[in-house]
Amino acid sequence: MDNYIKIEFKSKGVNESLARIVVAAFVSRLDPTLDELADIKTAVSEAVTNAIIHAYDDEEGVVYITCELNGKEVKVIVEDKGKGIEDVKQAMQPLFTTKPEEERSGMGFTVMETFMDTLEVISQKGKGTTVIMTKKIK
Amino acid sequence: MKRHFNTLVVTLKGELDAHYAGFVREKIDNEILNSKVKNLIFDFSRLEFMDSSGIGVIIGRYKSIKAVGGKVIIVKPNRQIKRIIDISGIQKLIPVNDNLDEAIKKLL
Ligand SMILES: Nc1ncnc2c1ncn2[C@@H]1O[C@H](COP(=O)(O)OP(=O)(O)O)[C@@H](O)[C@H]1O
Ligand SMILES: [Mg+2]
Repeated sequence: MDNYIKIEFKSKGVNESLARIVVAAFVSRLDPTLDELADIKTAVSEAVTNAIIHAYDDEEGVVYITCELNGKEVKVIVEDKGKGIEDVKQAMQPLFTTKPEEERSGMGFTVMETFMDTLEVISQKGKGTTVIMTKKIK
Repeated sequence: MKRHFNTLVVTLKGELDAHYAGFVREKIDNEILNSKVKNLIFDFSRLEFMDSSGIGVIIGRYKSIKAVGGKVIIVKPNRQIKRIIDISGIQKLIPVNDNLDEAIKKLL
C-alpha cells in the first residue's frame, strides 16, 4: 500500500460533510477528475450516513474510516460497532429501507454500488458493519 | 424560498445530506402548509452536492404536492446530482428542466 489515513469520529450528522471532505482531499493526490471525486464523496456520504442513522439509531457511537491508496486504486473502509444488519442481501436491494418513516429512500447501497467499482458489506447482528469500497482512478 | 402565484420555488444551497435533510423538509412543509401553494420547483442551480437523503426529501414533497393535484419540477441539477436522480428513477415522475423561468412558465 502506498499511503493511507485513518479517522474516527462521533456518530453525529454534522460530521458527514467532514468525512466527505477529508476523504476527497486525501484522494486528490491521485489527480482524479471532478466526476471521480464526486463519485467517491457520494459513496462515502452514503456509508457514513448509514453508520450514523441505522447502526447507532441516532445514539452515540463511533464511526471509523480508513482510506488507502494503492497505485491508482482508492479503497475506502467505513466501519461501525452498531446494531449490524440481519440480512445484508435484502438490505442491498434498491428501495429497501427500514426507516421509511424518516423518508429514507433505500437507495444508499445502490448509489455506493453504482458510483464505485466494487462494494463489499460485512455485517454481524449486534456487532457492527464494515463497508469496503474500491475505485480505480483512470 | 419564493412564490410565483401558486408555485413555490425552493432554492437550495450547499450540500443536501441526511444532516441537512430534516431542516429542508420542515421548511418546505411549513411553507406549503402556510401559503397553500399547489406546485413546487426544486431549484438546484446552487446546490453543490446531494446524496440519497435528497431523494427522500424530493419524493416526500412529490407525494404531498401530488395529493393536492400539483406538479413538481427539478431545475438545474449538477452532474453529480443528476446521476443520483437518474439512479433513483424519480425522473420518471418528476421532470428535470435546465431553465428556471421556463419551469415557472410551465406551471402557470
Ligand atoms: N451500517 C449499518 N448498520 C445497520 N443497518 C444498516 C447499515 N447500513 C444499512 N443498513 C440497513 O440497510 C438498509 C438499506 O440501506 P440504504 O440502501 O442505505 O437505504 P436507506 O439508508 O435509505 O435506508 C437500511 O434501511 C438499514 O436497515
Ligand atoms: Mg442509506
